[in-house]
Amino acid sequence: MDSLSGLALGFGNALTFANLGWALLGCFLGTAVGVLPGIGPALTIALLLPITFSVNATGAFILFCGVFYGAMYGGSTTSILLNTPGESGSIITALEGAKMARNGRAGPALATAAIGSFVAGTVGTLGIAFIGPVIVEWALVLGPAEYFALMVLCFVTVSAVLGASALRGLTSLAFGLMLGLVGVDLQTGQPRLTFGVPELLDGVNVVLVAVALFAVGEALHMAWRHHGGKQEVLEVGRLMLSKQDLRRSFWPWIRGAGLGFPFGVLPAGGTEMPTMLSYYAERRLAKPEYAKEFGTTGAIEGVAGPEAANNAAAAGVLVPMLTLGLPTSATAAIMLSAFQSYGINPGPLLFTQQAELVWTLIASLFIANVMLVVLNLPLVGLWVRILKIPVQQLYAGILVFATIGTYGISNSVIDLVILYTLGVVAMFMRRFDFPVAPVVIGMILGPMAEQALRQALTISQGDWSVFVTRPGSAIILGLAVLALAGPRLYGAIARRA
Amino acid sequence: MKPGAFPDLVVGLSITALGLLTVWLTWVIPVTPVYAVVGPKLVPAVVAAALVVLGLLLCGVALRGGWSAAMPDIAEAGPPNLVSLGWLGGGMLLNVILIVPLGFAIGAAVQFVCTARAFGSRAPLRDAVIALAVSLGAFFLFVEALGVNIGAGVLEGAILRALGREVP
Repeated sequence: MDSLSGLALGFGNALTFANLGWALLGCFLGTAVGVLPGIGPALTIALLLPITFSVNATGAFILFCGVFYGAMYGGSTTSILLNTPGESGSIITALEGAKMARNGRAGPALATAAIGSFVAGTVGTLGIAFIGPVIVEWALVLGPAEYFALMVLCFVTVSAVLGASALRGLTSLAFGLMLGLVGVDLQTGQPRLTFGVPELLDGVNVVLVAVALFAVGEALHMAWRHHGGKQEVLEVGRLMLSKQDLRRSFWPWIRGAGLGFPFGVLPAGGTEMPTMLSYYAERRLAKPEYAKEFGTTGAIEGVAGPEAANNAAAAGVLVPMLTLGLPTSATAAIMLSAFQSYGINPGPLLFTQQAELVWTLIASLFIANVMLVVLNLPLVGLWVRILKIPVQQLYAGILVFATIGTYGISNSVIDLVILYTLGVVAMFMRRFDFPVAPVVIGMILGPMAEQALRQALTISQGDWSVFVTRPGSAIILGLAVLALAGPRLYGAIARRA
Repeated sequence: MKPGAFPDLVVGLSITALGLLTVWLTWVIPVTPVYAVVGPKLVPAVVAAALVVLGLLLCGVALRGGWSAAMPDIAEAGPPNLVSLGWLGGGMLLNVILIVPLGFAIGAAVQFVCTARAFGSRAPLRDAVIALAVSLGAFFLFVEALGVNIGAGVLEGAILRALGREVP
């Protein structure tokens, strides 16, 4: 199915009352969790996973994607008004956005962030609709050997390339892989790493791990660091963009979107890199009379560009997830496990076997973008209210939802004990600067990589050389080695020169 | 070794220990009679080896001065707030103890009050009212909207009976 007829089909389905309702609910929840510091889309989608038992797949994924997009919009509100970025992609937004807010220009900062998010979200979603099918065509020729190689590349980029330290990223990844191994081996039926505990035969639940890492660990970390004191929410003021603001924002929006989307599509994932690049680009490209606003009174370009890059990258992450089944962020990994609970395998066949689902989802992303601009601009007052929830009740409430989400899986106290134990581990991970996303990705992608490895070796009749003799897998594995060793080699050469 | 690097060394050693534990767990995976090119032990063995190697490398970094002491987050932070951590951990423990005999709503409400206290709230009665509203709200949201089966405890059962509904 080509993109245009796919979109026609998708909009036909997405504009039903039920699907619009799911999109609106997702956008609303997503913006709320994006605004609230300390919780994000990965945790929210993990807590919502039980709906996969009672809601059809299309509705559930519209909801999840609404949360995913919404959190990107909401995150900018917090960065601008509180100067505490809600998630990693908004760190850069806080740089200029909070300065603008302090100088009484919070309204224009919020407006350019929301409209930039809309522009970039729309560009990114168009990218999914038109590039997705192309990647699918290309991906259909990939065999298990190439898939295994792609997963290895994904492991390397999410753990070793992004983040402060390759060593600590890889350690997080190995921990995630270990968690993913717990349970009965599907091919041979042998129990692995279960300590003989029957409850562990089904494996460690993804929801439990996500909740422990993103909610319990975060709360413990905040308590460890708690020193009282209240945060001040800055005033919003007038939201309108002046003609000059609009002129100054327009090209940063476009450039940010163009920069962010490819970064999201690449298995490198991550929103830090494109937002940072966009910030430096805008800083350099700004007219001299505006350039002095950077870092002083807050330049609108420095909010418009990175915020667009952030949203376009988020949309880009959906491309490898939908077309290859490769999650490159923690949120995408949890969505992947939702696909699995429907018995759907994301990958090239998704676009043919589940065409209706995919195109309805893509159409819903366009609709969600429109809903989000409306939710985030005229209704910004509501989110400012949410920001004023005192931190005591906020974290207490998060833990209540974390507990019910975990306890509800099996009604077992053992799960709660595992939840809190992993939460303590997550607190120490925060303290010692180990990234948490590779844990989730390793845990979900690890078993899939093992399966691909087995399929590849079954086809090659046990010959390990397939991974280097098949050109596709050899190139991808080569890239993985380069991604792992490249920065160090470069460093060594640079030192010698 | 620099004085601030000792915690980092403990982290490296813990990860090495986790790797060795995984080695042992891999060792005891029953050998399968089913033929498989990649048996059940191969991937666990690779992961175990990776954990041991990474743990040792982290120990090496720690011995050469460590990494966390230099992070601005840690360098600027005061001493850990053990009172806050104690309230938070106590809340978790109480929830684990209370959730089976008394049910989710009460267990979670107790945890809510303790957590709010951990973050500096000084109004336990007001917190308790909010706590019951939040935990009951969460209960009915999960049971009614998400269709998750959470056994009704003392309080949930009483409310369901008052509404004339069946208690699961």
